[in-house]
Formats: sequence, structure tokens, C-alpha cells
Amino acid sequence: MDTQSTEKKVHSQYQGKIHQMQKALMARWMAELEQAAENHEPTACLLVAGSNLSMLLRCLGIHQVYPELNALQLAIRKQSLPYIQIAEERGYSTDVCSYVKADVGAFFAGNVSSLGTKLPQPTLVLSCFSGCNVYIKWFEHIAAYTGAPLYVIDVPFIRSGNDPCPEDIDYVVSQLKEVIGICEKMTGRKLDYDELRERLAYAREVERLWLEIKELTKNIPSPYDDYFDCITLMGPMVAFRGTREGVEFFQTAKKEFEERVRLKIGPLPEEKFRIVVESAPPYPYFRTFRDLFSKWGACAVGATYTTPQPPDFLHDPERPLESLAEYPIRIFTNRGLDQRYDLLRRYVTERSADALIIHSVKSCRLFSVGHGDMREYFSKNLGIPTLMLESDLEDPRYFSEAQMKNRVDAFFEVLEHKKYIAGKAQAITEA
Amino acid sequence: MDFDGLVAQCREILEEHPWQEIQRWKEKTGGKAAGYFPVYSPLELIYGNGMLPVGLMGGGNKTEIERADSYFGSFVCSIVKSTTELALRGELQLLDGIFFHSICDAARNLCYVFKRNFSSDRFIEYIHFPQNPSSPSAVDYLISELKRIRHVLEEANGRRMSEESFKQSIHAYNENRALIQRLYKIKAESPHLLSTAEAYQLIRVGSALPPEEHSSMLRTALEEIPKRRVRPRDKIRVILEGSFCEQPPVELLEALDEAGCYIIDDDLLLGRRWFEREVPLDGDPIRALAESYIDRSRYSSVSHDWRRPRSERLVERARQAQATAVVFCIAKFCEPALLDYPLFKDALEREGIPHVMLEFEEKMWTFDKLRTEIETFAESILFD
Ligand code: SF4
Ligand code: SF4
Repeated sequence: MDTQSTEKKVHSQYQGKIHQMQKALMARWMAELEQAAENHEPTACLLVAGSNLSMLLRCLGIHQVYPELNALQLAIRKQSLPYIQIAEERGYSTDVCSYVKADVGAFFAGNVSSLGTKLPQPTLVLSCFSGCNVYIKWFEHIAAYTGAPLYVIDVPFIRSGNDPCPEDIDYVVSQLKEVIGICEKMTGRKLDYDELRERLAYAREVERLWLEIKELTKNIPSPYDDYFDCITLMGPMVAFRGTREGVEFFQTAKKEFEERVRLKIGPLPEEKFRIVVESAPPYPYFRTFRDLFSKWGACAVGATYTTPQPPDFLHDPERPLESLAEYPIRIFTNRGLDQRYDLLRRYVTERSADALIIHSVKSCRLFSVGHGDMREYFSKNLGIPTLMLESDLEDPRYFSEAQMKNRVDAFFEVLEHKKYIAGKAQAITEA
Repeated sequence: MDFDGLVAQCREILEEHPWQEIQRWKEKTGGKAAGYFPVYSPLELIYGNGMLPVGLMGGGNKTEIERADSYFGSFVCSIVKSTTELALRGELQLLDGIFFHSICDAARNLCYVFKRNFSSDRFIEYIHFPQNPSSPSAVDYLISELKRIRHVLEEANGRRMSEESFKQSIHAYNENRALIQRLYKIKAESPHLLSTAEAYQLIRVGSALPPEEHSSMLRTALEEIPKRRVRPRDKIRVILEGSFCEQPPVELLEALDEAGCYIIDDDLLLGRRWFEREVPLDGDPIRALAESYIDRSRYSSVSHDWRRPRSERLVERARQAQATAVVFCIAKFCEPALLDYPLFKDALEREGIPHVMLEFEEKMWTFDKLRTEIETFAESILFD
């Protein structure tokens, strides 16, 4: 077999295998939820940032729905606007988080998913992260509209430094114990700690694989796009973290990506630029947005948004509740901007990136407030070419394609020129 | 000094020379000053450490935002920008430290923008207040957080705080809150004797004064108010909701009054009257403060307590105040207030309480449109 056809094969396998696996996993998950809806099985609403709790809930036979994932799916399938408008008619301001609005709108329109499947009504609304303040309110609203009981797990923000105070972990552990009590009462089932430990062991493996996969982006070319492709990997991470299927999925992904590293295949015909991306994408224009960068041969090698796993943490089956508590405390959205800057800086330097792209999501203050300062820090203090773009992750009304395109093109033109000059200078020195 | 003179004096301090008072205090006592962003900050701890707590209440409508815009996105409330503008202009120079709190995503990120840009000669601290007061462990958590803050303050001061001075400080704030409550009682019982704009300025001036000094001003005010010769007018009784953090311009409060509203209760400067009852002085003061936060706090859109939903508490507050209507007065882009609005609205509609919604910005300076809107609203109720 000649190299070209091997390349082709691996390329199409990549498109095929984990994508197929990913689709199958997610479809299975949706089917489970639909069944749960039909049979009125216990279901909890959860948030992605504290989604490690799914392991605890699985042990107790409680399904999980993620309003965020539903909002995301609605946006990516270009269905979000009518739902946003339903929410606005109910008094939601045009200026608040559009994820909340799409979800609320979809709830009032019959609680269906983007695929048209019925979503179960929650029997428990479990807010499991407070690093975004909107989360708490969002779940209060869901509880008010569905009449389901609410529990808000307060996750103290890491106020300074790298590590949480021991008291913060104790506080979250105490709350987890209360949640376990509530769930045991709700289902009449006792939490089996052995099963929990087993799930945490799977999670540990998934997380280890995940971190190893992320390291592969150091290769030139990067075997996959750490922003656009990685978002698809996040679904299985959220829904299947503590399962054997999750481990198998990430084992396969890792193998495929390693093979691509060996063959020097990237997601683009030629990797001309390596970029790091900050914040969530404009889901209603996901494809268009990706194309703006692909056109320039720009491949993402790092992104905050696709960093659901804190690099300094793995679940530990020997400390089940403590590690369940520590995970949400340690994720990057629960740390100060200084630490986000640090993460981005490491991505840029360790993964040899040429530029930082900041997509400032208007209605998400968690990400966007301070983006101007971030640009200043990276471009002025560190001398890293930085481009800031503004639109929204859910609301298509804030995306202006022409303007976006002009800015991206202008940025890469300059970058290309700089690279050219730098290349020339290098050639002269070497000569 | 008579009442009008007193209010004029407050207005002058607030508009012309707010920092002079702080400068004067620092020179007199040799103490340090710590700024606090809204809403509630543990003033009792700050002052107990011998530092002057200084409320950062934004730039008002006299601060032109020139440079701060570039630090933030476009969907950000004014107070975040104007506070940064003040810092960029060097107007916060007198502060030896600044506290921010877990009130919203914007204020939290602002804290870290401050840490990066303005922390070379002062401390910048973020306080995480518990968002799950229903958990029995919330008190212990808050005790640990307050102890951490106590440590930050002691480090900055270079000396330990005595229990006695902590208790004295709690006492001073208990007293100050009680006096403020008396102003609110007058506002509720004889709203013609004390307008909201007046009460607001009397209270706000306290954000730059030690509590005892402010309390003595309030005592004078309380003595003078009954002597005022003002006749009651035909206005609707409303409560104001949504101005707990960024403050509306005083002229807006005056416009509401002129448009036919007696504002009998509001959530302006809420941090200054955060506790509904006294912080107990017996026992461990840190624990008393933590327990007060958990069990004796006012409700607000920036704190979460699902033991009693905020919409229930709004309805209750409106009923207790015998208000005919609720005026939502919300800072543009203030997500906590804007996100609470739909549930508040539903609850008020269920109870048949009329309401109207206004959005304001710090730098707003024309109020005609707003006045007309409120006039129509008030008339529709009066002549119903
Ligand atoms: S504000 Fe941002 S992080 Fe929070 S719920 Fe909305 S989109 Fe998510
Ligand atoms: S005005 Fe609202 S959004 Fe702005 S800092 Fe205050 S609470 Fe946060």
C-alpha cells in the first residue's frame, strides 16, 4: 500500500471511527433519556461543569439531563432563536445569558431536544457548580417552572493561588453527603460505595487518557484541532466519564490520534498557523467560524473551553467524596482570570502557537468580562499576536459574518507577513 | 444644623470631595483604608482591624469613561467600568486594599483585572460568600473564609485585632444599621417627611465615614425630620427593587418622586443594612457574623437562599410595606437583577401587584422620558 492511500485511509477512519463511536454513544444516551421520560424514571438536571456527579447519580439509578447540552445542540442545529424569543417574551432581557433563554424557551415549547425527542422532567434539580453565577439562577428557574426540588451545591471559587483550602473541600463534601441523602430517599436505594469507587476508577482512566490526548497537540502538525474537533470529544467526556464505554472511546481516540502523529497528518491539508483559542464558539455559526480559520491553515492546538479536565487533578477511588468535591473546585472556570491567563500562556508556549484568538461571548460574562485586559496582557506584555472577536454562543443575532471575516483575514495577513519576514531573517542568519 | 442643611452637606461631600473625608481620617488616625465593592462586605472585620471601610459605589454621572471600556466587553454594567476608570485615573490611591465579593461573574472578573493592574501597593481580595445557606456546613465554611480575611487584614496592618475592638466594631455597625432602619421606618410611615433621594444621600455619605461619625449625623437627621413642614401628597406607595449594586443617579430617584411615587422601601446601598437583626455580641464574634450572614441577611439578587425563594420575599416585602406597586430599577447589563426579573414578575402577577421596569445607567442625565412613563404608571393606579 502506498503512503498516500494509507494517509487517506487513516484520515477517513478518523472521520469514521471515533466520530461514529461518538455518535453512537450520544444517540444511546438520548435514547436512554427518552425512555426515562416515558417511564418517568428518576432524573436530575445537572450542569456540565460539575458533571462528574453523574457518577454518583449513576450509582443511584438517576438519569442526568444537561440543559446546557440541550442549548448547545439547539444552537448548532440553528434552532435557538425562536426559543430565545419565547424566553424574551416571558421577561428575559436581551442582555442575559442566551443559553438560559434557549433552554427556558425550549422548556415552554414542550421540553423537547434538538432532535425532537422528549426530554424527561427532572425529579431533582441539582445545581452542582457555582463558578458561573448564572448557573444558580438558571437552576432556580428550572426548579420554579418544573416544581421539582432544588439543591444548590455551592462550590467555593479558588480565591488565590493554585489550590483550594481544605475547608472548601470539606464544605463541598458535606453538601455531597446531603445530596446523597436526598437521592437515597428519592430512589429508595442506598449508595453502593464499591460501585462508586469502580466508576471513579474508570473516570481516572478516562481523565488520564484525555490529558494524554491533549498533549498530542504539541506535535507538528497537531493530529486534531483542539478547539473544533475537541468539542465533539467533550460529549462522551460529560456523559460517559465513569464508564467502561468511556474508557474504550478514549482509548480508541488516543490510538487514532497517535497514528496520525506518526503519519504526520493534521485536520487540514497543511498546518500553516497554530492558534490557541479562548472562550466558547459561536455555535449557531460553528461551521462558518471554523472555516474562517481553516482557510488560513490555522489549527487550534489549545483552548480553555475544551479544558474540562483540570490538568492537575484525577479522580481518586480511594477518596471518593473528596475527589468528587475537588473536581469542580479545580476546573479553570472556578479560578481567577490570572490562572486562566496562565493556562493560555502555557498552551501558547508549550504547544508552539503563533497566536491567541479570543472569542468574546457577549452574553457570557464568565468568559467575556476582562477580555480586553486579556488581550492587552497577551499582546502588550507577552508580545503574542492576539485577535479579539465578539459574537455569541447561542444567539445568532450577534454574529456578523462579513465583519468577522474581515477581521480574521486582516489578522492572518499580518501574521503571514510576519512569518515570512521571520523566515527570511532566519535563512539569512543560517546562511 | 437643620435637615435641609444636613442633606445639602451630604450632597456636597458626595459630589465635590468624597476623598477628602478619607484623607482627613487617615491623617488623623494614621490608619489604613480598605475599599469594598458592593454589595455586602464584612465591614465589622475591616473596621475592627482599625481600617476605614470605604464603599466603592461607582463613578456616578460625572465620570467620563475614557480608558476602562477597552478592558471589558460590551455587555458590562457601568459600575464595573467606572470603578476601573477611577483606578486608572489614580483616584483610588488612598485605598490600601480592596475587597470584591461573589455577587456576579462581572464583579468577580473585575477583581482579577484589579489584581493584575492595581495591586502593586495594595491588597486585592475576593471573598466567596456561601450560596447554599441551607447546608448546615455553610456556617463553618463562612467562619473559615472570614478568618482568612481577618488574616489578610492583620497582615496588611502588621498587628493582630483584639476581640474587644472587633466587638466594638460590631456594636458600632449594629447601631448604625438601627439608625438607618429608623430612617426607613419614617420613609414607610410618613413618606412625605423624608424622600428617598434625601435618605439615600444621608446613608451614602456613610460609605466614607467611620460608623460612629456617620451615626451621629443620622441622629441629628432623625431629630430634625419631625420638625419639617411638608404636606403629604397624593402619590402611590411603591417599593424599589434591583438597585442593590450599581446605584441609580440621585436625579432618577428625584424624578420618581416627582412622577408621583413615594418610595417606601428600596434596596439602594443594601450592603449597609444587610442584616435584618443585630449581630449578637455574646459569644465568638466571627461565628456571630457568619451566622448572621446565613440567617439574618436581607434577600437580594446576588445571594441565594432557596429555603425562601426571593420572589416570595419580594411579595412579602411589598405586602409588609403596604405598597401598591413595585418599581424595578435595574442597572443596564446587571445580570443578577435582570435574571431575577422574570420570576419576580410572575410572582407579582400571581399576586395582582402592579409593577413597572426601568433600566438605568450611571451616566444617565436626562429623565424626562422616564418621568412621563412613571407618571402614566402612577396615574393608572391612582385613578383605577
Ligand atoms: S453565563 Fe456563560 S458559563 Fe454561565 S451559563 Fe451562560 S454561557 Fe454558561
Ligand atoms: S451592577 Fe449587577 S452585574 Fe454589575 S457588578 Fe453589580 S451585580 Fe454585577
